[in-house]
Amino acid sequence: MRLELREVCKSYAGIAAVDRLSLIVPAGRIGCLLGPSGSGKTTALRAIAGFERPDAGEILAGGEALSAPGAWVPPERRRIGMVFQDYALFPHLDALANVAFGLRDAERGIRRRRALEMLELVGLADQTAKLPHELSGGQQQRVALARALAPRPRLVLLDEPFSNLDAEVRMDLAQQVRAALVAEGATALLVTHDQREAFAIADEIGVMRAGRLEQWDAPWRLYHSPATRFVADFVGEGSFIQGTVLGPGRVSTELGIIEGQLTIDQPAGTLVDLLLRPDDLIHDDASELHAEVVERVFRGAQFQYKLRLPSGTTALSFAPSHHDHAIGERIGIRLDAQHLVGFPRD
Amino acid sequence: MTSSQRFTPALAAIAVALPMLAVLIAIVQGASGGDTELWAHLREWVLARVAWNTVILVIGVVTIASLLGTALAWLTAACEFPGRAFFSWALLLPMAVPAYVLAFVAVATLDYAGAVPVALRGWFGDGLWLPPIRSTAGVILVLALAGYPYVYLMARGAFLTHGARALEAAQSLGLGPWQGLFRVAVPLARPWLAGGAALVAMETLADFGAVSVFNYDTFTTAIYQSWYGLFSIETALGLALLLLALVAAALAIERLARGRARYAASDAGVRSAARLGLRGARGWIAFGLAASVFALGFALPAVVLAQWAWQVAALDLDTRYLSYAFRTVSLAGLAAILCLALALVLGYATRFSAGRVTQAAARVATLGYAVPGAVLAVGVVTALATIDALWRTIAGGEGFWLQGTVFALLLGYVARFLTVAHGPVQGGFARIRPALEEAARGLGLSTREVVARLHLPLLGAGIGTALLLVFVDVMKEMPITLMTRPFGWDTLAVRVFEMTAEGEWERAALPSLAIVLAGLLPVILLTWRMERAARAA
Repeated sequence: MRLELREVCKSYAGIAAVDRLSLIVPAGRIGCLLGPSGSGKTTALRAIAGFERPDAGEILAGGEALSAPGAWVPPERRRIGMVFQDYALFPHLDALANVAFGLRDAERGIRRRRALEMLELVGLADQTAKLPHELSGGQQQRVALARALAPRPRLVLLDEPFSNLDAEVRMDLAQQVRAALVAEGATALLVTHDQREAFAIADEIGVMRAGRLEQWDAPWRLYHSPATRFVADFVGEGSFIQGTVLGPGRVSTELGIIEGQLTIDQPAGTLVDLLLRPDDLIHDDASELHAEVVERVFRGAQFQYKLRLPSGTTALSFAPSHHDHAIGERIGIRLDAQHLVGFPRD
Repeated sequence: MTSSQRFTPALAAIAVALPMLAVLIAIVQGASGGDTELWAHLREWVLARVAWNTVILVIGVVTIASLLGTALAWLTAACEFPGRAFFSWALLLPMAVPAYVLAFVAVATLDYAGAVPVALRGWFGDGLWLPPIRSTAGVILVLALAGYPYVYLMARGAFLTHGARALEAAQSLGLGPWQGLFRVAVPLARPWLAGGAALVAMETLADFGAVSVFNYDTFTTAIYQSWYGLFSIETALGLALLLLALVAAALAIERLARGRARYAASDAGVRSAARLGLRGARGWIAFGLAASVFALGFALPAVVLAQWAWQVAALDLDTRYLSYAFRTVSLAGLAAILCLALALVLGYATRFSAGRVTQAAARVATLGYAVPGAVLAVGVVTALATIDALWRTIAGGEGFWLQGTVFALLLGYVARFLTVAHGPVQGGFARIRPALEEAARGLGLSTREVVARLHLPLLGAGIGTALLLVFVDVMKEMPITLMTRPFGWDTLAVRVFEMTAEGEWERAALPSLAIVLAGLLPVILLTWRMERAARAA
């Protein structure tokens, strides 16, 4: 069911944790709030769940006001499933009983069938009788998801769901979680500080900073056309090179004059910083432009080089792993960008 | 590893377990060889009443203490009401007041001629009926007020780590806060509640001082009386054995109540959930409950004691008091050092050998919390009498070598309180992970350096806690001191017993106040640690 936030505010002791947050997650889609710790994303999630009361603004689910001036639905009546960061499984109940916990009104047989179905969905049909402490972290996490999904909630919230897990299982599990959410046709909102998790699960991602939403977009667009310098810095790797605006769509840089590849609406003569992603800068032995290798990281299929450009600015570049260059070597480079983003210099 | 290396820790552990072993063997052996005529008399006149009294007392105290402890823990851990921050630590203060002190203050102020009924009759007329304090209900209430902090402490820990969080999970699944309390928070705290209730049951079964004040006959007072009244050590031993059976039954019930669950602690670094705000009347009801328990369990008794102590201080506070205090402090200090030394030996033994013999010996050595002081006292005396007799046949001569000496007292203290030192020391050892030792060795440290530079600093806090806890427990201890002390060796607790036995309440206040003040130290330490843990989370 569609989730909508309108100008939601929440502050603690005069400090705004969430500042005029507005967003829409369409029904059946998976949204994500991404941001560093302290950016207010968890507070936003808890406000949606009903554990925090916003100071202002509205929270609507499928058109019903959950929280608005003069309207307040307590958490237990919101029908919003939640997967907690520490899972919060009931330690005295086994996996099946945990999943069946929210199915109170249904008949016994139906409850059991639904709970089993959910455990099967998350691949734990053979672990029904285990107590939480007998399960691994990843298994606990999936039980928590099954428990949240079982009562067919209007919305599922996931609070840093993978932060307590090993890096190896994270990506795997993220895919499984996405598959389970999609299979149930659930509308979901995830909160995380890890962009890889966000990219793996979410259809749309909002980047938060200091309580504000900087950009709400598809993952690809966040990466390639960040709306703010913060988003550009926070999402993905990259570096900035200086340039001067020559005219509409024309910028002069140390890598040559760039034309038609960027949207920048500044008068001629403005100094700008252009965002370069590692895949925008191509290693090309035929190029006349050269840069010095400062650092190199072997990544199997690729080398990631940190290059020092003539001006002294450093930029990242990927090269196929058979292009093996030593530190200190000067290599040819060229710009290969479909689209560049520039921000006026402060 | 050579066989002698494996052998030594097991031997060391057995040596540490010897006091408790000797006591238990003496009881079982002595009781089985009892006088049949005396037993018949006992069965007919004493046993049924004493057993009934004890069982009723335990059930009543455990029920009320569990309800009070759980409710107060829930209120301070998961709710918000006026004064919550204060009560969350202040509700532990009654731990500093021994049950016998609470008992005599209650009897002295609430009995027919006590200050409170006199005042009430003055206002409402002589016909006013008041429930008598010297009753089964009276003893139960007093012991429940003294015992609830154990349940409170355990339940609060459980609610803080799991409770508020689990409640949010329950809410997201459609349960209101009060449904969540009964369907989630209390069931998941069950192992801790069972543990707290078991501690209360042990304390109640072991209580001697409070029931003596009320003249309420239980196994412990019956043991004391058959000793000093009937001079029948066999009867005392028989009663002691029965009381031990009752303790075992209580522990078995705790096992059952705990169920198969053994909950691992929750992940560290969990964000604490929002508290449930109790607004208006509800908040004041919560305040009223917390305030009255605090007032009855600590504040009022403390004020009354201070007032009485002030009244008698001019008369009573003389050199005799210095000798009571000196004896108490030196006994408590000696016992604390002994218990600590043995706990360290046991800690190293179990660390270097996981063998069955070592583990079993460690179990026996730390049974003390379950064996009531009155039982230990008869066991100690019997065991030492046997050794004395043996010595007389070997070396000839007459008289007692060990019986009635300070050695007997210390033997009893060690058997009872070794477990108190064992807990914190063992906690310290748990912090020295094998990887740390390996790292130290890898950096070239010798065994002695590992002990000095790694073990001692990491054990430091545990050693301090162990010394403090044993010291205070020995100060409060009554039955062992009373029954095994050398002639004339009166301590503060013995002084309290003698004064209350004569109904000289005011004169019991001075030593009681000293005991309560010393008892505050571990409680302060405990609350300080709780605060620190709360801040860290």
